[in-house]
Formats: sequence, structure tokens, C-alpha cells
Amino acid sequence: MTTNYLKLQFYSLPRNQAFARDAVAAFCLELNPTLADLSDVKTAVSEAVTNCTVHAYKGNLGIVTIECEIEDNSLHIKVSDTGRGIADVTKAIQPFYTSAPSDERSGMGFTIMQTFMDEFNVNSIQGEGTVVYMTKCFKAEVENA
Amino acid sequence: MKVTGFVKDKTLYIALSGEMDECSSQEARTKCDKLIEDNLSVSKIIINLAEVAFMDSTGIGFLIGRYKKASRLALPLYITKPNFAADKILNLSGIYSLIPKAE
Repeated sequence: MTTNYLKLQFYSLPRNQAFARDAVAAFCLELNPTLADLSDVKTAVSEAVTNCTVHAYKGNLGIVTIECEIEDNSLHIKVSDTGRGIADVTKAIQPFYTSAPSDERSGMGFTIMQTFMDEFNVNSIQGEGTVVYMTKCFKAEVENA
Repeated sequence: MKVTGFVKDKTLYIALSGEMDECSSQEARTKCDKLIEDNLSVSKIIINLAEVAFMDSTGIGFLIGRYKKASRLALPLYITKPNFAADKILNLSGIYSLIPKAE
């Protein structure tokens, strides 16, 4: 059962990246995450939001939507845009694949999301947008007697 | 993102401080490259990440870019003191095979 919910919408401005990852990190504090888990979530959100700015809207202004749900000890995150979409998702999520090699891009964004989160999925329709789903499972709190 | 540098024993030490993401990386690139260009007489470069509180994959792209620049100048490049989270990303990317960790 979902016990808490957050929806954030903001312009795809680079300066909103820090705000977005910090907001999601603050939201999941009620799950008592370890610093390592919190850092994983921040990094994964940063990657997803950066993709919206850099790839989905290619520097044009668009709306990024982040939805978060807390269910038991898990945080579900959905990051969506209505940008240009990804032609070949299988190729895009390969480590080191980048559509913009000249811009010093590492091509590791999706790999980091996949590695740092427990569940990861991407749906994209060309010309309509992309949705990234990620889940982080936090260890249940141990009660001290 | 704050970028500072100094030269000691023919080594250029560059210290980054702040959050490294898409938004901050362009400024860091410009400042870092200027430090390298202003100190061409050194024999190696060490980038200190101790004060980098956050880094996403932009950091990998940034470091590979500086590695390419240093290589063109035949200068070996090293990374030192990444925090736990930065170290996780750098390990995942395999970047230490290009830019080794210095103590």
C-alpha cells in the first residue's frame, strides 16, 4: 500500500537538477535510508533528470515530472518528459553508449540508474516522450529493545 | 563549482569543490583547462575530489575530457580522495584504468 506520495513538476533547466535530486532525497528520509542508499537515489534521479534536459528536450524548455511513492520499505520513482523520445532503448541503455560523444558525455547514465537502483525500466515513444521507472528497496528498520 | 590549483614539485594539484552535475560541469571544465594551460611546465596533474559532495555521470565525462587534454600534452593524470559515492561511480565506469588513483 502506498503510504506517501510526491509529485514535482519543473522546467528542464540545468539549475533544477540539484533541486530535483535533493527533493527526492528529502522525501525518502522517512524510510531511514543509509547515507550510501541516499546517495544512490540522488545520483539515479540526477541521471534521469539530466537526460530530460540534455536529450529529451535538447536544451529547449520542457516540463519534467517526477512522481515518488513510498510503499512499505520501498521508494518508487517515475521520471517523465514529453520530449523527443528514444529511438532504440536497448541501445541507449548500453554502458558507454552516447548519442553525443563530442560533448564529453560518458554514456553511463542509464547504467548508473540500473546499477544503483533495485528495479529499473524505461518506456519511450519517439516524438511523445520517455518515462523512467526506478525502485529502491531500503532495509527494514531494526528496532532496538 | 569551485576549482583551485597550485603547483608543487612539478605537480599541478587541482582541487574541485561542490556538486558536479550537468549544470556545474561547464564552468569546471573551463577553469580546469585554464589551470592546465597556465601550467604547462609541470610533469603530472592530480585532481583532488575530496570536497566534491555530489557527482553523477557528468563527472566521468568531465574526467575523460581532462584525461584527453592531459594526454595530448603528454602529462599523466591522477585522481585523489574521491568520497565513497564518487568512488562507486568511478569504479563502475572503469575510469581508474585510464586515470589511476594517487594517494
